[in-house]
Amino acid sequence: MLTLQCPYCGVDAEETELNAGGEAHLKRETVGSSDDDFEGYLFMRENPKGVHFERWRHSYGCGKWFLAARDTNTLEVFGTYPAQSKEPPKELRDKISAKRPGWSWREFK
Amino acid sequence: MSTRLASGGRLLNRGRALEFQFNGKRLKGFEGDTLASALLANDQMMVGRSFKYHRPRGVVASGAEEPNALVNLGKGGKFEPNQRTTTTELFDGLYATSQNHWPTLEFDIGAINALFARFLPAGFYYKTFLFPRPFWKHIYEPFIRQSAGLGKAPKDRDADTYEHFYFYADVVVIGGGIAGLQAALEAGKAGARVMVMEQTAEWGGRAVVDGVEIAGQPAAEWVKAAVQALEKMENVTLRTRCMGAGVYDHGYILGYERLTDHDPELKGPRHRLWRIRAKQTISATGAIERPLSFAGNDLPGVLLAGAVRDYLVNWGVSVGDRTVVVTNNDDAYRTAIALVDAGLSVPAIIDARPDGAGALGAEAKAKGIRVEEGKAIAKVKGKTRVTGVALCLQAGEGAVIDEIACDCVAMSGGWSPVVHLWSHCGGKLKWDDAQAMFRPDPARAPTGADGEGFVLTAGTASGELGATAALADATAAGRAAAKAAGHKPKTGKAPVANDAAEAPMAAVWLMPQGAGAELKMKAWLDYQNDVKVSDVQLAAREGFESVEHTKRYTTLGMATDQGKLSNINGLAILSQSLNQAIPQTGTTTFRPPYTPISMGAIGGSARDELFQPIRKTPMHGWHVENGADFEPVGHWRRPYSFPKKGEGLHDAVNREIVNTRTNVGLLDASTLGKLIVKGPDAGKFLDMLYTNMMSNLAVGKCRYGLMCTENGFLTDDGVVARIDEDTWLCHTTTGGADRIHAWMEDWLQCEWWDWKIYVANVTEQYAQVAVVGPKARQLLEKLGGMDVSKETLPFMQWADGTLGGFPVRVYRISFSGELSYEIAVAASHGRAFWDRLLKDGEEFGIMPYGTEGLHVMRAEKGFIMIGDETDGTVIPQDLGLGWAISKKKDDYLGKRAQERSHMADPERWKLVGLETLDGSVIPDGAYAVGKGYNANGQRLTQGRVTSTYYSPTLKRGIGSGLL
Repeated sequence: MLTLQCPYCGVDAEETELNAGGEAHLKRETVGSSDDDFEGYLFMRENPKGVHFERWRHSYGCGKWFLAARDTNTLEVFGTYPAQSKEPPKELRDKISAKRPGWSWREFK
Repeated sequence: MSTRLASGGRLLNRGRALEFQFNGKRLKGFEGDTLASALLANDQMMVGRSFKYHRPRGVVASGAEEPNALVNLGKGGKFEPNQRTTTTELFDGLYATSQNHWPTLEFDIGAINALFARFLPAGFYYKTFLFPRPFWKHIYEPFIRQSAGLGKAPKDRDADTYEHFYFYADVVVIGGGIAGLQAALEAGKAGARVMVMEQTAEWGGRAVVDGVEIAGQPAAEWVKAAVQALEKMENVTLRTRCMGAGVYDHGYILGYERLTDHDPELKGPRHRLWRIRAKQTISATGAIERPLSFAGNDLPGVLLAGAVRDYLVNWGVSVGDRTVVVTNNDDAYRTAIALVDAGLSVPAIIDARPDGAGALGAEAKAKGIRVEEGKAIAKVKGKTRVTGVALCLQAGEGAVIDEIACDCVAMSGGWSPVVHLWSHCGGKLKWDDAQAMFRPDPARAPTGADGEGFVLTAGTASGELGATAALADATAAGRAAAKAAGHKPKTGKAPVANDAAEAPMAAVWLMPQGAGAELKMKAWLDYQNDVKVSDVQLAAREGFESVEHTKRYTTLGMATDQGKLSNINGLAILSQSLNQAIPQTGTTTFRPPYTPISMGAIGGSARDELFQPIRKTPMHGWHVENGADFEPVGHWRRPYSFPKKGEGLHDAVNREIVNTRTNVGLLDASTLGKLIVKGPDAGKFLDMLYTNMMSNLAVGKCRYGLMCTENGFLTDDGVVARIDEDTWLCHTTTGGADRIHAWMEDWLQCEWWDWKIYVANVTEQYAQVAVVGPKARQLLEKLGGMDVSKETLPFMQWADGTLGGFPVRVYRISFSGELSYEIAVAASHGRAFWDRLLKDGEEFGIMPYGTEGLHVMRAEKGFIMIGDETDGTVIPQDLGLGWAISKKKDDYLGKRAQERSHMADPERWKLVGLETLDGSVIPDGAYAVGKGYNANGQRLTQGRVTSTYYSPTLKRGIGSGLL
């Protein structure tokens, strides 16, 4: 039963108010992409023990999608930010670095 | 002989006698009794039989840890199995029966198992019933199932009600003993919002029973003052009969409050589940006494020493006239002293420690009690209850020195802190060699959303067994929790108690330490699941070295008590057998709830019509009044058909179809999803969502469209209407409205967030009626108000207007092949419009039809149905829907996936129409089998039936299939 703060309405939302939406920052591959790239987009996902970036929707609240950075092992939440982000904000990445030195996730570190 | 003493019993109201029944016997108790204390007061020593060997079993504990004394409680809609008598408060008219025996408790045929105990060792079932394999399913399993389980499942509906409460707290204190109260006082004084819960009806815990003095006054007085002080604080909520059931992620706590179990005459819900978010949780859950492992330690009359003391002090019950105390620590001496002070006989204290006890030992000796140091019980004598014990040296192998006649044995193997709540969410333990216990390791607390610890322990739960140390620990915990929750704690000294100096306890895992096979086969670890010392040793010999494996092999700790008494003793025996230290063996996982909670409490008010909201169309009332046979479609209830009186369902469906194809039919289509997509980029957006082109749809026209997932698989379909230059209305399937709406929001918020579009789900704003059949137009012309002619409103167009005075939007679309109008009216007009159509349609032979008629007619026409012809692995190309896939578009969701080699494979199964030669209806889901077998020995298939119906139009079975 996680709580995540919705970056839109500011509510500390209970997990029952939220829907999980899988991995964050996927790049959509489409017509013209190679089979390998497209397969990666459709099926290949991170499964870290530690820092992870995810999509969540405040479904039973304001209805907005947002992104969350958390530790899948300790369940510590490093922060949440709007879905309209191409990459995790620098401030958040610095915060994670302070708590988990040397972390990396996909191309981010 | 266990009996009620003439005086004593601090919880009893002797002024109010209560009558209850146990196995048909009418017995008496007092207000304040538990069922266990009342049974003991009536000399009912034997209360049940054990699971495997059907051995006679009596009460062994006095609280939530009780493994033996479980009963069937209540009758009919109030029946519940496996209720612990020790936590069941007595009330007038209580009705209980014992479990796991046949035909009677006293004479039980299953007890013959005990004679074969030698042949029923750990893993017996696994070994014996392995071969021959087919025997398992038909002979072994049915036989085992018949004898499995303790209580019986209830047969009637639960007659009680339940509820959930939501609560937010700074600090939740679980446990209302002196440590819990002290921690709550500190947190409350700091201004934190505090909730304190105590699982029993009484505050104070063990300190009150043990006669501790705190700050110069008796513990009972101190507790009373503490509770009064807490009651005065507006920021503190106090709850008795409320158990901390579980600690979950990010400070989510479940409290289980039993509101009327102690008095079923009370109005209101029976149980309340508290769903709490707490910034900090303090587990002040005390400790549980461990049994000692000696031969015959499961006989009725062998109890925990603390429990014997509880029954004496709390309920004025003497379990026996002559009680032998056997111990490895000082605390059990308190039981001996209390018994002697009450005028009862203690023939001996058998202390396994060569040097005996501290101050309490001297006190006992001064009272003339015989103390046997360095001794042990070789075995307990008696068949269905204790008649005596055989004394031996603890250091030896069990040679009998002396026999002592007694009718009760009070045992203590030391105390284990209740670390369950600490451990539920990942709190780690450390082994304390001096006290032979696992205690919480504060350096490795469970961590919350901020990465900091959110659970603290206080008092005995921390491993602080002395009252002074416990109060100091609780004071620190209360202050630390308040501070972590953002409050400023007060300073000052913790209260001090009058602890006696105690001698160190000694770890005793087997009594005597060199006990041979005969004795170990009678030394019980887990009373409820009948696991003995010899079973755990056998498991270790057979290679089950992990404690989790041993648990499952022997079933140690797997019963309803989850090993509250047995786990530590069991893993100590396992560690010895493996020649390793106890912390190396480790514990099994502690999982919530702490003790079983009722299914009713978990469900709360979510039952019957509140279990799941049912969605009803504006015409639902008419359907009910006219005998509709409903089927669930998503959360909706839709009429399957409208059978007339005496008419079969199948006949009704056929009648509705024939009538629609010859006259006119009415379908309530209100459940169809209706999504408005509006904005300058709406056309571009719909071109991405649908496989075909929607941006070039002319205003006033309709187009059938398909939606695929990024995997390329067909996920929804429906008719899209262009309302104006930047507005489209998308119809979805009934079950798909919410899903497709969310799907659109996902793409708009997370991928194309710079596109200017707004989506609104208006499904429930409109009632929609399909008027279908050759006479449909005549009917609408009779209603009048707008031109519905072929010329003005041709196929696949829509128009706004009025019909019979109702403002309507009419779509000329068809899902049956017939002349068909789908007419949307405001939801508030739905029922009136429906009634009007039926009235005006009478002369045309109008009849409503249901979803089955809809299905048959679409199949007759050859249309697909999402969920029948699609199952998440089917692409539009499989269904011959290539015409609905735009070749002009660069991209749409699913396009790239449909280019993948397997998707473009010409060998993919394709949709075909089927009709039977003999007129029969083939079963839905039937496979078209091919010749030969695949590598797994499975028959090859070359297709399957996706939907089948009887067609009254063609008068034969028809269907669709993928081939």
